Amino acid sequence: MNIVVCVKQIPDPAAPGALDPTTHTLKRDGKLILDESDSYGVEMGLQLATATGGGEVSLVSMAPNNEVSGLRTALAMGAAKATLVSDPALAGSDALSTAKVLAAAIRRQGVPDLVLAATESTDGYTGTVPEMLAELLGLPSVTFAKKVEIADGTVKVQRQTELGYDEVECPLPAVVSVTAGVVEPRYPSFKGIMAAKNKPVDQVTVADLGLDAGEVGQAGAGQQIVQVAAAEARQAGTIIEDDGEGHLRIVEFLEGLKVI
Amino acid sequence: MAINTIWVYAEAADGKVAPLTLELLTKARSLAGNVEAVLAGDASDVAATLGAHGASKVRATGDLGEALPGPAAASAIAEAVKGGDAPDLILFGQTYEARDVVARLSVKLDRTVLSNAVDLAVEGDGVQVVNAIFGGNTLVTTTFTGPAPHLVLVRPKSFAAEESGGGAAEVVALPVPDLGATGSAKVLARHVEESTGPKLDEADIVVSGGRGLGEAEKYQMIEDLAKLLKAAPGASRAIVDAGWVPYSYQVGQTGKVVKPNVYIAAGISGATQHMVGMKGSKNIIAINKDKEAPIFSVSDLGIVGDVHKVLPKLIETLKSR
Repeated sequence: MNIVVCVKQIPDPAAPGALDPTTHTLKRDGKLILDESDSYGVEMGLQLATATGGGEVSLVSMAPNNEVSGLRTALAMGAAKATLVSDPALAGSDALSTAKVLAAAIRRQGVPDLVLAATESTDGYTGTVPEMLAELLGLPSVTFAKKVEIADGTVKVQRQTELGYDEVECPLPAVVSVTAGVVEPRYPSFKGIMAAKNKPVDQVTVADLGLDAGEVGQAGAGQQIVQVAAAEARQAGTIIEDDGEGHLRIVEFLEGLKVI
Repeated sequence: MAINTIWVYAEAADGKVAPLTLELLTKARSLAGNVEAVLAGDASDVAATLGAHGASKVRATGDLGEALPGPAAASAIAEAVKGGDAPDLILFGQTYEARDVVARLSVKLDRTVLSNAVDLAVEGDGVQVVNAIFGGNTLVTTTFTGPAPHLVLVRPKSFAAEESGGGAAEVVALPVPDLGATGSAKVLARHVEESTGPKLDEADIVVSGGRGLGEAEKYQMIEDLAKLLKAAPGASRAIVDAGWVPYSYQVGQTGKVVKPNVYIAAGISGATQHMVGMKGSKNIIAINKDKEAPIFSVSDLGIVGDVHKVLPKLIETLKSR
């Protein structure tokens, strides 16, 4: 079974983020890493490919400056190849433009049996791109999957809901987005890291995908940031070292609020 | 008022309208003269509540059976919009169901979606959407540049729900067109895994545990404390990912947004992802070993100490009262 996993390469979330002073979009010009949320999709893809008797796991990604370091991480985990869309025209893309680009990149490879993605990226977290991708590809979809199995041309999913989960069945081909924690992502082995250096990464531009530069990036975003302001900061409270009586301070605090 | 009609994507389960839907209806009322609800399901049980919060109409697809709501609701709304009934703005809650609907609708109408909104305003003919980024430290205001209807996903607890005193909403059919392959996912069974006691996003007190608890068994201390305080137990993403507690316990960007009177964070360092979900709490108490932990920057009372020492004593003291 052939599987495509959508992955995002993002600025390290541990580092403080910053906005570009002119465009007000998130700065992405530094080193990018594989979004941890996507490592679950990659692992799930690898496990499902194995469980269904082999087949190829390939990656699609969109990133500035032909960034491949995050892709190399996913290739080192075991993905076979990648398509990277990189183009200055993509700066400032919204979720819909991103989905259009990823859909075109998937079509370029050939629509697989299964498209996997994380539920949402760590830096943008709209949680809409996988479902947009399904609509653009004309496919059914199951989002927010916490368990995924493939049998007889269908995918069975435990789908997260507000109250618990639904058991959902869907014929392939389909798009599935997976939550963090759905599987335990493997660490790339030394052999995997060495092999990843020679795996093919197809680097393409917006024009290569047959898309018009006017419908992606800032030009196609349909939105404009008009103001950036500091939020009202929360007043810092009382911080005390526990001297063995810390619990009593909590009891006093709760009593003061009349909740106990 | 520069915009006339707002649709609110309503969600309901077992005849009960979701609190988030009522929050959106209340806000919509302050922005436009006419507010209508859109529902993927049967409206007979909820028309009164929707009307009481300001919806003049509820456009309902009727029971969708075992279909997932995303493709059906998006197609139905797109048809209604293209048929000339277009509102100026459609509001969705940042939920699992509504994200599916708005994503497919975004493609069908070729409209951008502004997501994670914490506030909304009408400025002239335009709709302005406010987002809180970098853990809530920075507010970004964005406006739409394309044509209406504009699509917005709003985070829970951004507005307070208030009744308008209106009568039941008029129920109008929202026909679902043929969905082809996109509608072929089927729900086989639904499982509810709510804990007993108050619901996480409605509780007056929330007690959450994080990685600082050390091991899954120690989460019992959180459950015990929650029970004593009639609170809802919550969790950080780290221990949900580790499988200690179900996803439905998660507080944060990817989990639930809570704004209780009291939030107790035990063994939680305060990653941005977590803070987004609890920063709006009225009173925050944090217990953490690391005095540099970011959670202390938003705490009203911070105890720098070991949760394995503080929590058992706190539980004993409360038990003996």
